[in-house]
Formats: sequence, C-alpha cells, structure tokens
Amino acid sequence: MSALHIKKGSTRHSAYNLRPNFSDVQERHTLAVLVENEPGVLARVIGLFAGRGYNIESLTVAEVDHTGHLSRITVVTTGTPQVIEQIKAQLGRIVSVHEVHDLTVEGASVERELAIFKVIGDGDKRVEALRLADIFRANVVDSTLNSFIFEITGAPEKIDAFADLMRPLGLAEVARTGVAALLRGV
Amino acid sequence: MTREMTGAKMVVEALKEQGVDTVFGYPGGAVLPIYDEIFLQNDIRHILVRHEQGAVHAAEGYARSTGKPGVVLVTSGPGATNAVTGLTDALLDSIPLVVLTGQVPTFMIGSDAFQEADTVGITRPCTKHNWLVKDTDKLAETLHEGFHVATSGRPGPVLIDIPKDVQFATGTYQPAKPGASRYQPPVKGDMEEITELVAAIEAAERPVFYTGGGVINSGPAACQLLRELVDATGIPITSTLMGLGAYPASGDNWLGMLGMHGLYEANLAMHDCDLMINVGARFDDRITGRIDAFSPNSKKAHIDIDPSSINKVIRIDIPIVGDVGHVLEDILKVWKARGRKVNREAIAKWQEQITEWRKVNCLAYTGSEKVIKPQYALQRLEELTKNHDRYITTEVGQHQMWAAQYLNFEDPNRWMTSGGLGTMGYGFPASIGVQMAHPDSLVINVAGEASWLMNMQEMGTAAQYRLPVKQFILNNERLGMVRQWQELLHGERYSHSWSESLPDFVKLAEAFGAKGILCSDPADLDDAIMEMINYDGPVIFDCLVEKHENCFPMIPSGKAHNEMLMGEADTQGVIQSGGAVLV
Repeated sequence: MSALHIKKGSTRHSAYNLRPNFSDVQERHTLAVLVENEPGVLARVIGLFAGRGYNIESLTVAEVDHTGHLSRITVVTTGTPQVIEQIKAQLGRIVSVHEVHDLTVEGASVERELAIFKVIGDGDKRVEALRLADIFRANVVDSTLNSFIFEITGAPEKIDAFADLMRPLGLAEVARTGVAALLRGV
Repeated sequence: MTREMTGAKMVVEALKEQGVDTVFGYPGGAVLPIYDEIFLQNDIRHILVRHEQGAVHAAEGYARSTGKPGVVLVTSGPGATNAVTGLTDALLDSIPLVVLTGQVPTFMIGSDAFQEADTVGITRPCTKHNWLVKDTDKLAETLHEGFHVATSGRPGPVLIDIPKDVQFATGTYQPAKPGASRYQPPVKGDMEEITELVAAIEAAERPVFYTGGGVINSGPAACQLLRELVDATGIPITSTLMGLGAYPASGDNWLGMLGMHGLYEANLAMHDCDLMINVGARFDDRITGRIDAFSPNSKKAHIDIDPSSINKVIRIDIPIVGDVGHVLEDILKVWKARGRKVNREAIAKWQEQITEWRKVNCLAYTGSEKVIKPQYALQRLEELTKNHDRYITTEVGQHQMWAAQYLNFEDPNRWMTSGGLGTMGYGFPASIGVQMAHPDSLVINVAGEASWLMNMQEMGTAAQYRLPVKQFILNNERLGMVRQWQELLHGERYSHSWSESLPDFVKLAEAFGAKGILCSDPADLDDAIMEMINYDGPVIFDCLVEKHENCFPMIPSGKAHNEMLMGEADTQGVIQSGGAVLV
C-alpha cells in the first residue's frame, strides 16, 4: 500500500474509502513534495495542478539537499478527499518526484510562514503599530520617520491576524513566503 | 567501456545499444548531424515519413504490434510541434515511445531563433517525461534513461530535446547501466489485497473480468496468465477497446467489447455483476457512462500499475497496485493454494443469464442487396482475412467501432487503434509502422474516408518503401460519428459533417504508384477484398457504403449501462439536454 501513500495505522482501504462515497467536503491539506532539483521540475508540479484543475493556496520551493540534488516543494491545497488522493497519486507518478507526504494526515506538523509588512503612518497609529508588533513578536527590520517594515514568522493564521490589525494602522504592502512545514517528532 | 565521440554519434550508438532497428523521422536543420551519422551506418533503418505526426503514429503502430518502444527523430520547431498530437495519443494509450527532437544551439535558446520552439515546455504535459540535454557528456546517459522511463511502470512517450551544438560537440559515451535509474515503479502487488481478491472470487455469484490495454502492455505472458485464470474460474470476461486480443474472441467466456458502443451482454454483465475485476483498464468515460449508475451493486477490484488510476473515477474496494502479469501470477498461485474454489453453481446461473442476453443479438443490422452496409463489409473482411497472419489498425469514428464489434482478435498486439485521444489520422501511419515491424504479414487499416484524408500524405511513405499496407476505407462521404450525434442530439442539423469534393481514391492510389479498388455492390465485395489481399503492394480500397448507417448498440452520454440504444427505433428523443453537453 505504500505506493498509495496511506498513513500508517489506517486500514487496508485508503482513508478516503472510509468516508462517504464522493464526499463534497472541501479539505485543506499541506503536502511536502521532495523532487529532483533539475530544470523544469517546478513547471511539472505547477503544470499538473493547472492542467488537472487542482487548487494551489500557497507554494514554496527551495533546494534542501545540495549533494543529493533535492528540492522540497511545500504546497497547500484544497479539495474533496477524492481530489486530495488524486493530487498525491498524480504527484507521485511524476518521474522527477522522489516522495510525497501529506502532512495533514501523517501526524502533527509544524507550519511556518514568513511575511514582511510595510506600515505607513505617524503619531498614535505609529505607536500602536509598534505596540501590536511587539505583542505578535514581529521585528522591525526597517524604519523611516513615517514607516516601518515588520518581519513576522508564524502559522498562516497568525500572519492573517496581524495583517487584519495593521490594516487600519496604515498597512501599505505585504510580501509572504507561503507555508513551509515539517512533521513533528522522529 | 567508455568512448569519446560526437553527440550525434552517441545518438546512433545509444539506439543500437537499446536494440533499435527502425526509426521513423523527418530531417531538418537542427538534426542534420544525427542524420549524417544515420547515413554512415547500416544497423538502424530510417523510415522517411511525409509529416512528423505520421512518424509518431507509425512508431506507435510499431510499438503496439511488437511490445518494443517506437523511436522517432524529428527536427526543432515545427518538427517538434507536429509531433505533439502523436505524443498526446501515446500518453493517453500508454504506448512506449522515445522521441528525439533537434533544438537550436544552446547559446541561441531563448533568442527566438529560426525554427526555435520551447519543445520541452510544449511537450511537458503530453509526455511521460522529457529532457533538454545541454551537455554532450550527459547525452548517452539521458538516452538510456529515456528508454528506461518509456518502458518501465505505466509505459508512455518520452522526448529528448538535443541542441545542435550538443550534437556536434565531443563527449564520453556512457553505456547503459541496467538498474542504475532511480525510477523503479513497483511491479508486485500487495499480497493481502491479492488474497482478499481471491476470497472475493471464491464467493462471487456474478463475477466479471473487465480488462484493458494494461494487459497488452504487460506482455504476452500476462495475456497467457489472464487466459488461464479466466478459463480455470469460468468467469465471463469483457474488454475495453484497447484490450482486445488479450483474451481470444473465440474463448468460451468472451463477452465482447464493453462501453459506449459495446455489446449488450457485456454492458449488462458489468451493470448486474456482484464482483468486478478490473485488470489494466481505467474506467474511462466511454466505459462507465453515468458514474452514479455504474455497476451499482458490485464489489470492485482494480489491478493497475499506476496508483493514480485507482479511485480516480470509480470508488474501489480492493485496490492492487502492480504490473498485471505479476499480480495475475500471484492471484493464480493463491487461488490454487486455497483449493481452486469458485461458486460453480452460481456462476453457471450467471452464465445462463448471459446466454439470455446474447440472444438479443445486439449486432444484428438490416442487410441490403443494393448497397454495402458497413457492418457487412467488416463481416466479409473478417471472414476473408481471419486465417491470415493479420494486423488491424483503425482511424477514429464509426468504422473504428464497427471494426471492434465485427472483427475478432485471437491474440494480443494485433489491434492498433487510437483509444484515449481518438485521433483521426492515426490508422494509416500506424499501419506503416506495423508493416515495418512485420513485413510479411497482412496489415489492414480499417478507415473512414474523412479520417484517412487527415494523413493521406503517408501514401508517399508506403509507396517509397513498397509497404503492402491495405487501406480499407468505408466511404460514406460523411463524418459518420459526427453525423450520428447530430442526428441524435442536435435535431438532425448536419452542420459541416459531410465531405464534398472527395478525391477519386482509385486515381489517387495510382498517382502514388499504388493500386486502387472501388467497390459499391455487395455482390462484388468478396472478390474485391480478395483482390486487395492478393495484391503485393499498397492498396487503397474505396468501399462505398450506406451513407446514413448509425453505430449500435449505443449508450448515450449521461446514461447508464442498462440504458442502451439497440437500433433505429430506439433513438427518438432519448438523449436529454444534460447528455448533449457531454462528449
């Protein structure tokens, strides 16, 4: 069953099989895809999502093992259980893909995203922005007399919350990296 | 042993090392160094086609009829883009191909150079894998990997793009290293699942085998094991279009093809079964019809080497990922070890039910003494050629379905057709590829006149290499299947579905130095077919048939297996607007 990437401890049927037939419940899954670091590999993965109509909520990619020529693509996707199973199986058959892990079902995982925010303002708003940044443990990485750039790391929800708070305080620009994630434990 | 040589020579060396004897191709600026090397050797035969699409379909015919990968060599830009339809066709039907394309020199890539196209970009979604080789030292290794990937796991087309400077430069030739590739899809199925399937076979009261092209791809041994399992258990068997010949049409348990134009008994057996054993098929929409009414009361097992085929369309109870041959061997082993049990009594009753369905005689049609019915033409073709060493290719449309219904296939690799992509223009070049692989066999392309015209330029190839391919054209002067759908679904508004200004096929044949035969009278048909068979050379057989014949049985789009149309009387107002949006 390993070829189907079935979580350890589930039954011989896939986890999907235990659900009602053709569930239309949308689920959000974080997938870690280890790929050969070669030209075009990202295009293969993205092309699969585009060509088969799957969603990408966020995507990060970088080389993680220089000697082994391995890159890690972390992709957050949504779909019905059947579609999520298809995405994993379709990713798994790309020749340059080494491993596909569904961090959402394989166990507890840690998800982190980095974002930088430019907030423009002065007076009380500027002070309030700095105070909130402190509460969220965001760092000031650049400052002028009427602007800050904050750097914040955390789960995507925390970054969303910080963005909501900054908006009335003069949030001008946001850059986010997308999610990077690892399974907990060994 | 490693040797220094140019990239162009490496291509020829690697092809030789991989056992390639035939390459289908068309030269151009970006592949001239490779063509130079081909000129300087005699081990590999190069077949000059008349269009790159023809080269890829010819290679598909070669591959499908031999079990070996087909090899194509074309130039950059238009050479590569013309190959795209063939690549997509091979991808959907899992045909192993190695397609080599020339590319502009590496230092010109990205400059919109003459005949430059982003070949690996264009072909990424229509190949199993592709490579752009930028270093001559890596060329031989990549070529060997290409053959490995094309033929391992679920077979498919690969493309290797070779810039012209890489062909000219010198590098070190690396011989193939078997087992060195990281790409090694597992072939053995899970024994626990296999045992569960055997238990299901032992208990089943109404089991059916539903087999597909995967059995053919797995090889003759897999077909042999399938025959052994079917005959030992007495379980009826049906097959997709792509799987015809894996089990002999004369076999006791044969139901005939299933699906949209499948046989009544095959589709009803699928609908009413209590155990469905899918062996190397993929629940294509032409097979399932309406998904929520597909075989509602059966337990479903699926044997497939591609994990993504399982649970893609139909929910599976017993998934087995593995090569069909390996899995069937294990099933037989376990089944025998557990005492060769089946529910004989229930299966006998099931067979009785199937016999009742057979009595419907779903392939019956109204004959005629005035005009050749296309079904009659195929029945006569079957009768007069069945004892020959025969290979059949087809184009796409009504004639293809009739060929699948009325011709009988006793062995695998004898039937080459475009299933998944439905590529009109496939059959003629495919017949050239088959004839190249089997020079002494009778190779017939069952065609419609519209499909055939799509790649008729390959008459030049057939004539040049004196390939005695027989083009059996069922000429209804219509795009028959389009016309049928317009009749059933679009209020008989025959928008652009007939061919005006058709050529005189006899004169066309003669213009290419081939033989043309025209036949329009049923009384002359046998003699004309015999004349075609006995002529030593390419023949265009223009068989003028009934122009408005429809192909039945038919499961309309959006309907279930037990809602088949059996003939003209059935067809009034049966397809609702929901079905019209389906293809």
